[in-house]
Amino acid sequence: MTRLDDLESQSIFVLREAYARLKNIALLWSLGKDSNVMIWLARKAFFGRVPFPALHVDTGKKFPEMYAFRERYAKEWNLDLQVEPCPPIETVDPTLPPAARSAARKTEGLKAALAKHGFDGLIAGIRRDEEATRAKERVFSLRGAEGIWDVRDQAPEFWNHFNASPPPGAHLRIHPILQWTEADIWAYTQREAIPIIPLYLSRDGKRYRSLGDMDITHPIPSQAATVAEILTELRTTKVSERAGRAMDHESEDAFERLRVAGYL
Amino acid sequence: MALPEPQIAEQADANAARPRAQVRIVIVGHVDHGKSTLIGRLLHETGSLPEGKLEMLKAVSARRDVAFEWSFLLDALQTERNQGITIDTSQIRFRTKDRDVLLIDAPGHAEFLRNMITGAAQADAAILIVDAAEGVRNQTRRHGYLLHLLGVRQVAVVINKIDKVGYDAARFQSVRAEIETYLTGLGLSIGAVIPISARDGDGVAKRTDKIGWYDGPTVLEAIDGLEPPPVAADLPLRLPVQAVYRIGDERIVAGRIESGRVRIGDDIVVMPGAKQARVKTIESWPALVGAPPPSEAGAGQSIGITLDRELYVDRGHLISATAEPVSSVESLRARVFWLHRAALEVGTRLVVRIGTAEARGVIKAIESAIDPGEVTAAPGLSIPQNHVGEVEIALAQPLATDPHEANAGMGRIVLEYGGRIAGGGLVLSVEAELAPHIPRDLVALAEDAARLNLQFRALSAADRIERFCAEVEGRIVFTTSFGIEDQLIAHLLWTSGAEIEIAAIDTGRFFPEVYALWAETERRYGKRIRAIYPRQDSLSRLVESQGIDGFYDSRAARLACCHVRKVEPLSRALDGAHGWITGLRAGQSDHRRTLDLVAADTGRGLLKLNPLLDLGRAEIEAMVRTAVIPINPLHAKGFPSIGCAPCTRAIEPGEPERAGRWWWENEDKKECGLHLTAQGARRKF
Repeated sequence: MTRLDDLESQSIFVLREAYARLKNIALLWSLGKDSNVMIWLARKAFFGRVPFPALHVDTGKKFPEMYAFRERYAKEWNLDLQVEPCPPIETVDPTLPPAARSAARKTEGLKAALAKHGFDGLIAGIRRDEEATRAKERVFSLRGAEGIWDVRDQAPEFWNHFNASPPPGAHLRIHPILQWTEADIWAYTQREAIPIIPLYLSRDGKRYRSLGDMDITHPIPSQAATVAEILTELRTTKVSERAGRAMDHESEDAFERLRVAGYL
Repeated sequence: MALPEPQIAEQADANAARPRAQVRIVIVGHVDHGKSTLIGRLLHETGSLPEGKLEMLKAVSARRDVAFEWSFLLDALQTERNQGITIDTSQIRFRTKDRDVLLIDAPGHAEFLRNMITGAAQADAAILIVDAAEGVRNQTRRHGYLLHLLGVRQVAVVINKIDKVGYDAARFQSVRAEIETYLTGLGLSIGAVIPISARDGDGVAKRTDKIGWYDGPTVLEAIDGLEPPPVAADLPLRLPVQAVYRIGDERIVAGRIESGRVRIGDDIVVMPGAKQARVKTIESWPALVGAPPPSEAGAGQSIGITLDRELYVDRGHLISATAEPVSSVESLRARVFWLHRAALEVGTRLVVRIGTAEARGVIKAIESAIDPGEVTAAPGLSIPQNHVGEVEIALAQPLATDPHEANAGMGRIVLEYGGRIAGGGLVLSVEAELAPHIPRDLVALAEDAARLNLQFRALSAADRIERFCAEVEGRIVFTTSFGIEDQLIAHLLWTSGAEIEIAAIDTGRFFPEVYALWAETERRYGKRIRAIYPRQDSLSRLVESQGIDGFYDSRAARLACCHVRKVEPLSRALDGAHGWITGLRAGQSDHRRTLDLVAADTGRGLLKLNPLLDLGRAEIEAMVRTAVIPINPLHAKGFPSIGCAPCTRAIEPGEPERAGRWWWENEDKKECGLHLTAQGARRKF
């Protein structure tokens, strides 16, 4: 088995475990490259049809290309698309730095979706290599009643056995692609010919390496105009993937505070 | 942190040389002996740090007025930096000359042992770090022991802070002897023992002059010598079932192959129950245009297969090859580590997980309890938190497993306590006498049936039952629906003293008279009849989709109802049984005229006895009268054959006995799926 085959099989295993062991789950579809790979894996895991909703927590500030992508592929992939709007910025913790505060809206939208649908599991496309705090994650990660992540009290998880019994009011975040790297995502996207939003590809010397809200996401200088060129670029870059995401850089612990409060 | 990912770039390169082996390494050892420092140093020496990361952390250190340390690289969480200890397992990649390395950082603080296990359980190899000045400590021993317990067999030892002991070769040798004695005593083989200074770099990438007396490998060289995990494809097939998906008309059995290979046409056996079938297809999505569908799959692959016959297969079942079957056990011995605050004691009830299966279990005996930090072993009644021990566990339901020695993946158990994973371990041995049957070969089953069928013709019903019990090894189940034939058989069983389980499938739609008879029968004989119910979730779905009486609408709807309320529960009633006794009679319908006294139900892998097959209705009525056996009053009102109330009516004189069952359907198509032909197809009633 190649590394990609191995990752694919492991992710499918995790998706099937989540569907078998939890009662009411949804897949968080951010429209980005990672969650598109995840949807592809879910279609493989369940032989073509994703048997749970694809939930888009919508800040309303995504790029037009992202909305176009959502409408097209929700239909083409026969997804049960659920869109959850986020509350206005005024309702969010004012002590957070501006960009982080803006991102925290998404956490509030997520909480609203949880309350509305009563999900006991949310499948999220985070990866260990993206950012240091995500490296601490479990595959099945418990979130308390307020969506709080208690990083110090996580049950052990080993040999592909996961803790899948959230106490009442709590839910699990399931991370099927936790072990994947950015390069894995692109290599797999290329191998499986998974559609992507064109913003990832270079235009006029710039491309987006990670996609978030329009006002807090910036392109990076790049000549990579195809997926193959992105892979070549990743061989040599030493710039971090989330470099274009403003909220990570405002203060040393901003991202961690977001995550403890329930952000992805 | 975002580290560059060179290994995939390599893969994408068409001109790449042979694929590089990946090894997953965990670094373990006593707190403060230098794990994080070594990792930071390894990242630096292999050129793996992102640009500016080192400078950034140095600046942060200066701002906080602390001296820079390599471990800051990993201790990226604010909470960790505040406490100065690593909390959790993180995974970091780098590459050496010959290996792609996935480094799992494991914390050294005692209370975080569960995180270390989370990391170490995935490792192919370990680096155990020991402080040259402090020598072997509690955590050193405990981690060494856990490596042994987790089955991590490749271990390199680094003796760190060699600068603190003045690069003293004698001190190195003495620490080396101490740790080697301990590890080899556990049965671990040590790849190398290396003197290093993680802080300054001696011994990590280079043998420096300061340790000129050392001529063994550096840490990077030792890593190059580590082997990737062995492929489990050569072991016997073990496929734990994760779920069964209904896609169109197909039932796809989904799971990840733990070991071995599966090919189309393979004979497989499903445990528990030893149900046998043949692999019909290996499913995949999307269907590749122009490419043939897969015909084979191996260990590690997540797959879906279809079988050539309808079997009751569900999550938690285990598929193995008929030629090399797994056994399912009701009791096992395991070496376990225990992480819960409450001690593990004789009598502790927990949930045992193996593969995708789970069963309630109870600790029957604790053979030894060991504090791996102190290396003291004593037989005891409890295993405290963070201790290990050898235990015997009795299971409420059988689980399929192999000893860890024979099959590493299938010999791993996880213990759940209070809804959370609280421990785990390796299966040392399974209780041989409790290990149920190895599945029987189908030909032998058919031969047995033919032989008994001939012998039984001349015997009375009571003698047939007695001989059947003597011939069949293993559990025999009699299923009753409280008809007159079933009442007679129950009487014969209970009065003969045979140890046979009597089970009734309560579809929920019986006539009130049936429940009254059930109660009366239990009272009369002072015995309990085991009640089997439909699965609550399946039944809810059925009623939601077709309505409460939807079975009248079409034959398909009726069959779906029979399946949920009768056929599937029957599979559970017969799970693991070797013999099945029923009240079928040849006189009941045309279809039943061709039945045998003893038949092979190869789909379920059992022998089926119909002891009243050749008796007439009048004969049975006479026997019932003589023995004063309670029967259903409906029989006297024109109901010779009684099924579910909505699907049974009284018959007119001259109609066949079963004419009142599903009376609205064409006679040719009446079947519910309980009784299979030898080929596994549904037998018409």
